[in-house]
Amino acid sequence: MAKVATHKREPLVRIAKRDSMPLWQSVLIRVLSIVLALVVCGVIIYMLIKVNPLEVYKSMVEGAFGAFREDYKFFNRRTWITIRDTMMLLCIAVGLAPAFKMRFWNIGAEGQILVGGIATAACMIYLKTLPPVLLFVCMIVASLLAGALWSLLPAIFKAKWNTNETLFTLMMNYVAIQLTSFFVALWENPFGSNTVGIINPQGKEGWFPPVFGLDYMMNVIVVMIITIGMFIYLKYSKQGYEISVVGDSENTARYAGINVKKVIIRTMLISGAICGLSGFVAVSGASHTISVNTAGGKGFTAIIVAWLAKFNTFTMILISLLLVFLDKGAIEIASKYDLNDYVASMITGIILFFILGSEFFVNYRMIFRSKEKGVQ
Amino acid sequence: MKKLIALILAILMVASLAACGGTDTATKDEAGKADASSDFKMGVILIGDENEGYTYAHIQGIKDAAKSLGLADDQIIWKYTIPEDETCYDTAADLADQGCDLVVSNSYGHQSHMQQAATEFPEVTFIAMTGDTAKASGLPNFCNAFTAVYESRFVSGVVAGMKIKELVDAGKLEDDNFDADGNVKVGYVGAYPYAEVKSGYTAFFLGIKSVYDKVSMSVQFTNSWFDLTKEGETANQLLSQGCVIICQHADSTGAPSAVQAALEKGDVCYSVGYNIDMLEVAPQAALTSATNVWSVYYTEAIGAAMKGEAVPTNWAEGYAKDAVAITPLGESCAEGTQEKVDEVIAAIKAGELHVFDTETFTVGGKKVESAFATDTDGDFVPDADEAVFDGYFHESYFQSAPCFALDIDGITLLN
Repeated sequence: MAKVATHKREPLVRIAKRDSMPLWQSVLIRVLSIVLALVVCGVIIYMLIKVNPLEVYKSMVEGAFGAFREDYKFFNRRTWITIRDTMMLLCIAVGLAPAFKMRFWNIGAEGQILVGGIATAACMIYLKTLPPVLLFVCMIVASLLAGALWSLLPAIFKAKWNTNETLFTLMMNYVAIQLTSFFVALWENPFGSNTVGIINPQGKEGWFPPVFGLDYMMNVIVVMIITIGMFIYLKYSKQGYEISVVGDSENTARYAGINVKKVIIRTMLISGAICGLSGFVAVSGASHTISVNTAGGKGFTAIIVAWLAKFNTFTMILISLLLVFLDKGAIEIASKYDLNDYVASMITGIILFFILGSEFFVNYRMIFRSKEKGVQ
Repeated sequence: MKKLIALILAILMVASLAACGGTDTATKDEAGKADASSDFKMGVILIGDENEGYTYAHIQGIKDAAKSLGLADDQIIWKYTIPEDETCYDTAADLADQGCDLVVSNSYGHQSHMQQAATEFPEVTFIAMTGDTAKASGLPNFCNAFTAVYESRFVSGVVAGMKIKELVDAGKLEDDNFDADGNVKVGYVGAYPYAEVKSGYTAFFLGIKSVYDKVSMSVQFTNSWFDLTKEGETANQLLSQGCVIICQHADSTGAPSAVQAALEKGDVCYSVGYNIDMLEVAPQAALTSATNVWSVYYTEAIGAAMKGEAVPTNWAEGYAKDAVAITPLGESCAEGTQEKVDEVIAAIKAGELHVFDTETFTVGGKKVESAFATDTDGDFVPDADEAVFDGYFHESYFQSAPCFALDIDGITLLN
């Protein structure tokens, strides 16, 4: 305080960390940030194409949940695709959660998804004669192992020699992309296409079966099981507690008798395995093919999801849905108003900017210079 | 303080919404003007957008076709930058849901996803451009189309041949421009070692030989469909080996730019491009480019679909319907090239000249008597549909996609 007194002039705004904030307030700030972002987007869209922003927002909703016609049904194709993509993003984010909670920067989800996808595709191609249940067991085990293996290497190096895991996992992505190119060339069908094409289009071996007649219900079931499981694991298990202790302070963890190396390797194996499983969901449950675009940047988007949700797997559902909604909505307006997809990226960018900005106001408060204090 | 911020935010929101609300009536009016003369609707799935040469050509082709068929803007739904994965199927199915009668995709990799949609929506026609599985699929509502671009590749070869002849006659070539047997060296920047590419460079090579016989060609593959830098580097490699003409499979400006740079340094070398006019990047080096005129096909296919008629399962037309062309000749072209080109085109149109005439090339020193066009058992080796009859290989005859995959004498594959 003595130091403040020596200053003649106090700055106009000071920033101080908030101790805590009631839940309703933090929710309000976040909702306001989204509304404000939509307003800014609206103004920009209006300046660009002179279309009523409300119409544009309606198109965005229609893009994600289907066109509003008289015979509108909520569970139409577009809604299901939005759900499917939300589940995909959620699955990856759930996979990243334990690693990030441990302050282990797993930037390698892209690669882990790809190798999981390769493993799944390999099972679909070579083991398609197996009975369906057995085939699914093979695909799940193979994708889990592939993802785990892909994260094991950076984990061992981190635990033993304290290498930088950010760079290591990032570089593993490029190895995985090259590996995928190799398998695409190996499995390309038809020859000369440089694509694998849809695997087993006739018998649909290894495709997620419809549940209750719904094509993507299986994706929801698989991902929800993992999401709930991860929530319990992180919050109520001893291992989950160890993860948060190691994340907060490795020295504390060591003092408390936690085997830090073991925790790092174990957590990374789990993280990689679930990311590998996302590859299984992507290949078997959605695309039924494999290409270098199978991960398509979702491994990076999922990092945003995991962070914004503060590793709470249930909050992740909402954030994933929001991001997928923005993506679908932006694609729809690009198509409807004959804009190219840069507009889509712009809108998503603006909204993310505001959401991230709102975190600042949730965590800090601004103290304006008041008259009385200014006289000091 | 918090209340103040909240208040400001609230006012800002209300104000901006109110400001925007005012324009509501204007946009509604415009939508009301929609052409109700036809309830035909089509969807277009594109791998890129107008910033990418290949897709731009398709967009222009469809727009020209729409104009001549009297199709209104809101009868076409455009979907840009659709990747070659389930997004393509999702988009195709969504377009069908929106009531499209015809859905077109422009990239080869879209094909299997389009086919999946075609099985599910039998009342909608799906066209996978440049694809090759429509016939085998047995689906009446699934089609492929490709231009007979080998014809314009051949004609662009004629242009190159005229230039080589001029250079040889004027004695402008040096020793390293000839190989050991005295053939003039030609270089080709290939994409992948696949039929489409082989058919293209072989047609180009035969075009040169139809004018000047003593040539040999080296082909270097980039293993990419579009790579500006790599194509430029490959062109430079071929130039350093003494190639006089550099042609290319892909439509990037990489190779023409490299050739232009070498020409400015004093080398004797010229470029033949693909798809787009290269004169802008290589004003002196570019001779011409072989191109597709997509509007010919789109007018035919969309027109048929509008009338409720069947769209041909496999469509492949060339000069006969003016579905292929070469771009305007560059200033460096040899004297009399235009006349020669017109003569060759007329002969192709009249059916007197066949690009893959078996009299004009040999494989392993022998004339080709038999070659299959279609692969039926999935081992990637053609085993059905005899394509050699009436004295020439029938390219794009059994299916629209190119299938000529013979390695003829005089062409060396470098990788």
